[in-house]
This record gives sequence, structure tokens and C-alpha cells, in this order.
Amino acid sequence: MSITTPEPGKKINRIGLEVQPYRGGKTTLCAGCGHNAISERIIDAFFEMGVDPKRVIKLSGIGCSSKSPAYFLGGAHGFNSVHGRMPSVATGAMLANKQLVAIGVSGDGDTGAIGIGQFVHLMRRNVPVIYIIEDNGCYGLTKGQFSPTADLGSVLKNGVVNDLPPIDTCSLAIELGASFVARSFSGDKKQLLSILKAALSHRGTCMIDVISPCVTFNDHEGSTKSYAYVKDHEEPVGDISFVPFFEDISIDYEPGTATEVRMHDGSRLFLKKVAADYDPTDKSTALKLIRDSGLRGEFATGMLYIEPAKHDFTTLLNLVDEPLATLPLERVRPGRDVLDAIMESLK
Amino acid sequence: MPAAGTDILIINDFSIQVATVNGSGSQTANLVLLRSIFQMGIPVSGKNLFPSNIAGLPTWYTIRANKDGYVARKKEIDLLVAMNAETAREDVLALGPGAAVVYDEPLKLDQLRQDLVFYPVPFDRIVAEVCKDAKLRRLVKNMIYDGVLSQLLNIDLAQMEHALRRQMGKKLKAIELNLAALEAGKKFAAEHLVKQDPYVVEPMDKTQGQILMEGNAAGALGCMMAGVTVVAWYPITPSSSLPETLIQYMKKYRMDKTSGKATFAIVQAEDEIAAVGMVLGAGWAGARAMTSTSGPGISLMGEFTGLSYYAEVPGVVFDIQRVGPSTGLPTRTAQGDILTVAMLSHGDTKQIMLLPATVEECYTTAMDAFDLAERFQTLIFVLSDLDLGMNTWMSNPFEYPTKPLDRGKLLDQDALQRMGEFGRYKDIDGDGITFRTIPGDGMPAYFTRGSGHNERGQYSERPDDYVNNVQRLARKFETARQYVPPPVIDQAPGARVGIIAYGTTHFAVEESRSHLANDAGLPTSYLRLRAYPFTDDLPAFIERHDRLYVVEQNRDGQMLSLMRMELDPSLTSKLRSVRHFNGLPIDARSVTDEILTQEKQAGLQGARSHAVPVGPAV
Repeated sequence: MSITTPEPGKKINRIGLEVQPYRGGKTTLCAGCGHNAISERIIDAFFEMGVDPKRVIKLSGIGCSSKSPAYFLGGAHGFNSVHGRMPSVATGAMLANKQLVAIGVSGDGDTGAIGIGQFVHLMRRNVPVIYIIEDNGCYGLTKGQFSPTADLGSVLKNGVVNDLPPIDTCSLAIELGASFVARSFSGDKKQLLSILKAALSHRGTCMIDVISPCVTFNDHEGSTKSYAYVKDHEEPVGDISFVPFFEDISIDYEPGTATEVRMHDGSRLFLKKVAADYDPTDKSTALKLIRDSGLRGEFATGMLYIEPAKHDFTTLLNLVDEPLATLPLERVRPGRDVLDAIMESLK
Repeated sequence: MPAAGTDILIINDFSIQVATVNGSGSQTANLVLLRSIFQMGIPVSGKNLFPSNIAGLPTWYTIRANKDGYVARKKEIDLLVAMNAETAREDVLALGPGAAVVYDEPLKLDQLRQDLVFYPVPFDRIVAEVCKDAKLRRLVKNMIYDGVLSQLLNIDLAQMEHALRRQMGKKLKAIELNLAALEAGKKFAAEHLVKQDPYVVEPMDKTQGQILMEGNAAGALGCMMAGVTVVAWYPITPSSSLPETLIQYMKKYRMDKTSGKATFAIVQAEDEIAAVGMVLGAGWAGARAMTSTSGPGISLMGEFTGLSYYAEVPGVVFDIQRVGPSTGLPTRTAQGDILTVAMLSHGDTKQIMLLPATVEECYTTAMDAFDLAERFQTLIFVLSDLDLGMNTWMSNPFEYPTKPLDRGKLLDQDALQRMGEFGRYKDIDGDGITFRTIPGDGMPAYFTRGSGHNERGQYSERPDDYVNNVQRLARKFETARQYVPPPVIDQAPGARVGIIAYGTTHFAVEESRSHLANDAGLPTSYLRLRAYPFTDDLPAFIERHDRLYVVEQNRDGQMLSLMRMELDPSLTSKLRSVRHFNGLPIDARSVTDEILTQEKQAGLQGARSHAVPVGPAV
């Protein structure tokens, strides 16, 4: 692709691209679906951070959520894989080329039900993937069955009551070893954008659970994933200010009111505390916060847990700096002497 | 009176079976025995018949030595070493007349039969004399039977010592202890046993320059030489030793010399679904990726295999076949996944399979598989089996690969120009193979999906788009016929009967052909399949013969069924089936007997060529 001079007035980002290659195909999801808002924030975050779409891979499993990678970053390679198995595909791709930026989009059924096994092991390995759960508590494509993140007592449109407790994907991810765990709401533009931009500065698994109401099957009275319910019960853990590495902005907080986190790429994250004892770099307080707010019938949103220095999976495996996929023959085929030595040892 | 006396010697042609308890440390003694005969220049093979158990259940190790180079399992046991009280009685009763039995004296096996040769050995007493530490006795006890056999069979003790030293490396104390046991065994036999059986070893020169290796290790070596970069696997017998050996090789030979970092990623996945998912992800992103599994894992990989077929993503899958189902007889061999793999996944799918028969082919086929995977942008299945993968085989040393890697059709400027606009699934060469791009290569991106797509990779549920796509995939499969390894054919002059086999069945067939030609006056031609899809050599071979026996190690004649699906009925009506499926490696005698029985029936039926395949050879 050739770089053309933008028309006057058209916004370009720090790598000289217009927003066009960050956009995708026309959505086929329902009008008002929370997932579309999330796609918009993904476009904004990648554009504003100046991530080259040609270095990005976008992956998904199956379901409404998993259709959405077709609706953002048209300039990136995409892979709509099989139900619940996107984590393994993303893992393989990142091992093949660790220089890529991977964004995986899943749903609450794709993650919490059929894909819980692969989800668990993706978190455990801390594979460098931004893993977004577009969480609406139900199966949309198969017309509205409950998913494992539906709250106890939540009611389906047809009157069926959910009688099993939900899986809290954020608590699970923190327990399992994900190094960046956040929860947001598709309607909270500012918070979601900050989280996504911070995720792009992190090296490791970024698990972001985004409550994203299903306007067709789960947006009625009695649902705990409806727009109205979510707006009433969201409890942000504090303001997030993200300062990317390429911007020189100073942010002043009164001492003791904010936590500053330095990211892998030099960006900074300022997390304003709502509760004085909340420390997003401490697993126990993060888990307690999620649990306590849950017991109150609320749900905490924002940056819940972050461990910026944790080794990601490719570091753990001690991979060479270059992508494995394109190593030349002489670096992947040992010499004749090696074969001769092995043969000699077997004689 | 024993049936065989010492006046007639049988030189370099016998089988030994050692019956022990699993986990009793007999493997060292068995490998020393195998290797010492090999070092004396006699062709050998070693097969481990073991239970699905860590310790305590019976296990048998079979060594065959054969001057003519026939190394398939021999149906008859000539010499039994009975160390396991639990199975000793049954083992002895199963022997043919004239066989010899070395046994642990307190078992009193000599009272069971009158027509065998018995050599009682007081193992506990001998081991107590050479090994003061009672805790170590269990580990060196087995070496005593090696010493006894050295004396009885005339195996050079120096060769045993040599084999032992190479087996134990630098463990000097262990070597010393084992050597003492070896010598004590030989001394006991020399002083107390009178040779009554006819079996002896005499030095030959038929193993000069040869190696001893297991198929899984050879496959691992082939993968390393093929430049594999991403490996994802899940433990399963009999496959695990392939990735485990690969890990050892890669850690030793594939660390980057300047940075000290790994030029590979190997992941033990959470299950086979994740393993093949990682292979697809890596293959899609341009890496040479593989996994290795067995039948149950193949089943779990079914869904992703369909995605690989339709979305056209490369990767290599080794299937080290075993007896089914999931629990089944997991430590016994079979060729039972042929049909499952050929058609693996839902919808209209056909998979490319490679069928190595020897350890050398495990090595070369691994390299072929990666080239074919990238050429055809799909999963390539390498079907080995437990017998080949886990047992010890002789081979010529492997040759260093000289062919460059075939990375397949990666989009370049030339192809882009010919195409006009990039279409991921646009067939501009007419061979069904389209051009792909990989993430990060700077070429046009596309969206990969298993669901309906048109030539440009766009979502489509249009009937014509779907039909075009699956027709092209069928065309691609046709193209593969020109690329897969062709069969190996041995045309016997004037032969009216042909044999078709594949994989480890080869060894029994080779030997059976000599029985048929020399003992029954029935010369046979032989075609050994090395891949599916079949090449044109197969129908041509069938055409040239009146009757053909398809020999395989499964109940239903799976390869024969595939032929029936693909070939003209005028050809397939000539095919008959010989099947062996009791979990043991196929032997030549069973093949010969079954072919002769069916030949007899064919003779009675005259020239009628519509004979239905008759019963299996078990």
C-alpha cells in the first residue's frame, strides 16, 4: 500500500495513516448492539496509538461477538476460527511471529462454556493477546439461551430464570495468571478507550470483560445485563488516565490518591483511587474488590489488576528476537555434522 | 525327550521372548541382548509388548534375529525367558514343541511340558552373590539372563559388555554391578546347563554401518531437519516419544548460536484440540508447525481439521496408531485410523495421508509432510503406528537433505500482477492451489473463515460460490496425486497374484512373499502404498494382475474400502482382503496362510473373479 498525502482536514495518526485502514466491513449485528460500540473503541484505540494494521492479527471464535473482527481493522489479517478455540489459534500465531499484535474477540458463551478450557490456559501462559469478552450473558446467534456469565436469578425474555451462579471471568483471569485484567461497559466510551490503549502498551495477556447488552434477547426488565441495569449497577474503581509513550504530558494527582503504573512500552497509566486501600497491582485486593462489589449486587469496572513486568509466554520460551515463521533455512536446519553425529550415536 | 537335539544347529534364525513384570527394569537387559546380537552382524528387531500400566503388570520383549534380514514379528517363540511368575504357566503352554525355556527355578516350569527344553536358573541365589545391597538386586537380576543367553546362544560376552557400557554411559557403579551379574549368569550356565536346543548365534556382516532406532525418534529427527518451528502436543501413548525426542534434539541442536535463544517453540498443550489449534494458528502465521498424537487425539482434532481443509491452513499431524477406542488397548499396535483420517471432519473433506513403513521413511516422510503442507495449505497426516514408532528397527543411516524447503504459494508481486486484485482463493494456475499471504509480510491482508467464502475471501453463502470453492478443493486434492510419494513396486515376472500393503505390514509381506514363492510356488508382485490420495500406479498395478491381496492391520479392510470408493469396480473386484488385528504386530506366517487359503478357494471357484473377501487372518 502506498502512503498518500491526506486531504486537508483529514485526521492522520502518528504513523501517517488515516482512520480508513482501521475501519472494517459493515456490521451485520443488530442495531444498538453493544458489540458495535466496542468495535468503534477498538478502531479509535488502534488509530490513536498508531498501531500499523499490517502488524495486527485479529482472531475470534464463534458467536455474535466473534463476527465483529470483520467490522474493524480491515487492513489486518483476521481469523474467525472455531467455537471456544480462539485462544489456541492466537497462541500458535503469536509463537510463529511474536512481533505481531494480537487482538482476540470472544463472547461469554465462547469463553465461559465451550472455551473455558482454552481460556484458562491462555491466561495461565500469559500469551501476549488482547482478549476481549463481549459479555451479554446470553447466546445471540442461537436465539437467546443463557450463557455461564448470566447472573443468578436473571430472567430470560421468555420467563426462564437462571438458577446457576455466574462465572466471574475477571476473578478467574487474575487467579490464573493474566497480567492485565479489566472490566468495562460498552456504553462507557472513555473508560473502555483508556483500557484498550493501555492494553496496547502491555506485553502479556490483557483480559478485558466488556459488558455489552444484547438488545434483542437480553435487554428487558429482569435481565442483569440490560443497558438500564448495567448503568445503575456499574461501580468504576476509579478514573483511568493513560499517557502513551509518545506523548509528553504530566498528570498531577494529590499524593496517595492515584497509582502510577509504567507500562512495557514506556507508556504510563494513572489510576485514581476511589478506595484508599485499593491497589491494582495486588492480586488479593483485586479479587476482594470484585467479590465485595458482587455481594452488593454491583459490578466493579475499570483497571482491576495489572502486573506490568510479568514475563509473557514468548519470553518464557526464550524465543529468538525474529519471527520464527520467517527464519531462513540455515537457521532452522542443523548442518550435516549434526546428522552425522546422531547417526554415529545410533550405530 | 526334546524334539530338537543339538546335532542340528539353527544359526542366526530364531526369536526370543522375555517375559517380565512391567517396571522391573528389564529394558536395559533386553536392549543389551538386542544390541549385542546386532553388533555381531546379525539382522535383528526388538518389540516391546507392554501393558497400559506403570509397574506390576506383565510385559514381554521379543527379539528376532534373522540371517536373511526378515525382522517382522515371528509368530512362533523359539526361546522363552520366563521371569514373571504370573504369566509363566500360560507362556510355557503357548510354546510350540521344541522351544527352549530359561526360567526362574522356583517356578518349577519343567513339570508343565515334556516336549520343551528347560533351563532352570536360580536367579535369586545368583544375584545375592554378586549384589550385596539387597535394594539393588531387583535392578541387576535381569542382567543374569543375558549372561545365561550369552552362554547358551554363543553371544560374545565382550559384545554384551560393549552394549552395556554404551547403554549406561558414565554410571560406573551400575556398569560394574551389571557386568558382575552378566558374568555370573554366564558362569552359572557354563557350569550347570547342558545345551539341548539348536539355536546359536554366529558372527555375520549384515549390520555393518547400520543404525538401530525407533520410528518416533526418526520422525522427530525428520521434523527438526524439515525446519519445524512450532510444536504443540498432548501426551498420549504411543505418540509421546516423538515430541519428547524432538524436545531433546531441538534443545541440543536448534538453539541460536549467537543469541543462545530458541529457534523453536514447543508447547505441551492442555489437550489435543488446543494442540492442533496452535498448529493452525502457527501455520496460518507462516510457521512450519506440527503436532503428534494417536487415534483418540485424532478424534478430538476433527473439527479443526475441517477448518484447516476449508480455510486452507497448513500443518503436520503425526498419528502413531494404536488399537481403539480411547482406552481400548492403548499400548498395542494397529492400522485402524485409515478411514477416519482419510475423511476426517464434517462436510466434504478428504485429507492427504503419508504412510511410512520404515524408520528411514519416518525421517524422510516428516520432511515431505512439511513441504506438502505448505504446498497444499492443509493439514498433512503422517500415519505411523506403535510397532514402528516405539519399537527398535535397523536401518541404513539417514541421508542429509539436499532439497530446499518448499514454502508453497506465497503471494509475490508477480502473482499479484497476474491476479489483478488479490483474491485469497482465486485459482490462477488451474491446479486448485491459491496464493496466500501471512500476517506481517506486508502483502494484502485477508479474513480467514471456515464459513462460506468467495474467491476474494469475502463472506458468502451463495450456492455458486460454495460449489466453486469445494470443486476447487477437490481439484487441489487431484493435484496432490502428482506430489505425494509414489508407491514402491516390485513386479515379479509372470506373477498373476499381487499384494498391496502399507506401513509396518511391509515387513510381514516381504517375508511372506518369500514363503509363497519358495515354499508354495506362488510368485507375487508387490505394491507398497506410501500415500493417499493414490497415484495412477495403483490402478495400473491392479490391472496387471488377476487377484490382489490387500494386507492390513485392521478388522474391516479400511484401505481396501478407500480403494473401492476411488477405483473402478472392474478393478476393485479383483481385490481380496487379508487382515490382522489382535494388537500384536502382523507376522508373515499369518499372511502366508491366509493368502494360500484364499488362493485355494479361488482355484476351486475357477476363473470367477467376483470372490468376496473372506475372513481375517488373526
